[in-house]
Amino acid sequence: MNRLIKILLSFLLVLSFTSTSYSRDQIKIVGSSTVYPYATVVAEKFGKSGKFKTPVIESTGTGGGMKLFCAGVGANHPDVTNASRAIKSKEKSLCEKNGVTEIIEIIIGNDGISFAHAVTSPDANFTKEQLWRALALKVDIDGRLVENPYKKWSDIDGNLPNKKIEILVAPPTSGTRDAWNSLVMVKGCTKSAKSLYEAAGKKAKKECAKIREDGYAVEAGENDTLIVQKLTSNPDAYGFFGYSYLVANKDKVKAASIEGVQPSLEGIQDYSYPIARPLFFYVKKSHIGVIPGIQEFLKEFTSKKAMSNRGYLAKIGLVPLASDKYKVTRTAALDLITISIK
Amino acid sequence: MTKEERLKKRHRAEKRFRFYGLSSIVVALLFVIILVNNIFSKGSSAFMKTVINVEVFFDPELIEIKNGATEDEILSADFFDITIETLLKSYPTKNIDEEDGLIDLFTTDAEIEIKKAFLDNNNLIGKKINLEITASDDIDQLHKGNYPRDLPEDRRRISNFQLEIYDNFVESNKIDKNFNNYFFNNGDSRDPELAGIGGALVGSFYSILICLLLAFPVAVLASIYLEEFAPKNKITDFIEININNLAAVPSIVYGLLALQILLATIQLPRSTPLVAGITLALMTLPRIIIPCRASLKAVPPSIREGALAVGASKFQSVFHHVVPLALPGTLSGTIIGLAQALGETAPLILIGMVAFVVDIPSTPVDPSSSLPVQVYLWSESAERGFVEKTSATIMMLLSFLIVMNILAVYLRQKFEKRWN
Repeated sequence: MNRLIKILLSFLLVLSFTSTSYSRDQIKIVGSSTVYPYATVVAEKFGKSGKFKTPVIESTGTGGGMKLFCAGVGANHPDVTNASRAIKSKEKSLCEKNGVTEIIEIIIGNDGISFAHAVTSPDANFTKEQLWRALALKVDIDGRLVENPYKKWSDIDGNLPNKKIEILVAPPTSGTRDAWNSLVMVKGCTKSAKSLYEAAGKKAKKECAKIREDGYAVEAGENDTLIVQKLTSNPDAYGFFGYSYLVANKDKVKAASIEGVQPSLEGIQDYSYPIARPLFFYVKKSHIGVIPGIQEFLKEFTSKKAMSNRGYLAKIGLVPLASDKYKVTRTAALDLITISIK
Repeated sequence: MTKEERLKKRHRAEKRFRFYGLSSIVVALLFVIILVNNIFSKGSSAFMKTVINVEVFFDPELIEIKNGATEDEILSADFFDITIETLLKSYPTKNIDEEDGLIDLFTTDAEIEIKKAFLDNNNLIGKKINLEITASDDIDQLHKGNYPRDLPEDRRRISNFQLEIYDNFVESNKIDKNFNNYFFNNGDSRDPELAGIGGALVGSFYSILICLLLAFPVAVLASIYLEEFAPKNKITDFIEININNLAAVPSIVYGLLALQILLATIQLPRSTPLVAGITLALMTLPRIIIPCRASLKAVPPSIREGALAVGASKFQSVFHHVVPLALPGTLSGTIIGLAQALGETAPLILIGMVAFVVDIPSTPVDPSSSLPVQVYLWSESAERGFVEKTSATIMMLLSFLIVMNILAVYLRQKFEKRWN
């Protein structure tokens, strides 16, 4: 009964103070769903180990996270946002407009996108151009842009298997698709196609990244676990997702080589695996000292225990930074070095 | 066509119709059975957890505290050495990789479990006890038969050495299955063996409580006024149409409304059951008003007229006679409305409930998740152990919904007056 009264009182209290901002004793994190699994592990360890509450982490996607993060300073706004790409200049100016002028950038490690298929089907190797040709809306043939005519992999290159093209792609809202677009679709796009687009007065980058809509590329939703399930049940299908899903499901799926390189810790770390990208999070410096524990959280996240080759993040699939880059990250976290937002 | 033929034709048409009706019901039932079977076969194993029996020796050399230490001293003491020592003693190892492999068989919370055993019986220093320590997610899934072992080693998450230890433990009866208390007591966790729906349950409870406190009185008073007191004119007709329209508005729209008004303008804290409750109340309001009005309408006019005839005021006739008779229908309508609110996910995504929350909320203004959101979050996790957790959470959610619906039906059957 006492508890119920307390609950009701706190409820009334909150309603009566509605317009005053409230204080918070818990770090609030938003942002990328790719960084979410790593950030949650750190948050949980952080909450268990010390005198601070476990941070609350919301998975909003990189863009959504930036919007919330840059909305202002104060307890009503998140302290940290995760990102699977660097902050864009547009987002920087939004931050500046709302008074978020001091931002600390932390690179936490690398992620490789694996292009995978069921373990039951034979090993495969693709070049970026072949992947682009298999997925693009329009491809260049004999110096002209045409609707993608390829139905089988062997139509693209005689060395590829004589099987129907079937690729599960992440939806346009996901960071993985962003990274896939910039690392595979744009890089794999042929020069002649790019110049043809430019001659037509269109932006080559945008046009190259467009994905075909005739049923050979299937949009599979944000849920990477589901993609793994679909790949297992269909040995002819391919799909792409973060490296951590490959590690967790290596009994069900395996990765195709890209340009002859298999995804591996070392390959992603030194970017010799062609589809690798860094992962970030951003911290509001003005919240340090106001919301308890932010500095300690930064220390925990960037500690060797978490981030090194044998750290606990590596175990769940984060590819650690090379040692020189690690030093930069660690210094940024300890000395709270802010980035320029101009 | 003769008379007999026409009769036959009509009978055939009736038979055909009965067959169509029956087969559609059979098909619907079949889908329900497939769905429920799928969820239950995946989820039921989550209510049990795998434990490994080990011998813990509270070596005075490895521990900083003495017998009779206070609770605070024990809680802040370091049990790390004892934990590592205990785990390593459970099987002989040759090198550091094998040691790591052995330690990985146990949950990351082994130290906390040992500390708890020490707290429960505070004079164990220098003594040995047998303790059941929760196994790691990989061993748990292997033991439950959800993870294949006949694969080459590099395709498996468990090494050959770990399999060897596991087989040895099974032979010597050290592995057992216990009731999974963590599943009900813990909040979310990234380790599937430690993850639980405790936080989500409390979050859902607060949300529904706030929803009930806000929606029920407003809905009942509104429907009484509209049904009994309000004049019947164009304005009330307009209101009635709009209530029906609001009940059909997709729930995500209420989420957007809450995002704009509750979070952006009034600045209530994000991800809290308070905001969730208010949002769900807005959504449920029209869905309660409609059955409330229907049950008020079902009370025959003779009751009202009888009360008025013996001199009761309008207010007395409504509150002493009509409302008590309409109450069973009102309550069951409310419960069904709340059951819908309990299973609602879409508006909660917009107000930030899709969050990783480890601490169990103690008030409605603490960040929290809710049951359907927990299902959504776990279904996206890479670890294998979350598959059964997802299904088990769906089972919990379904059983709450079934209980609420049965309660609604029971209340109606038990207290409803029939007017024949």
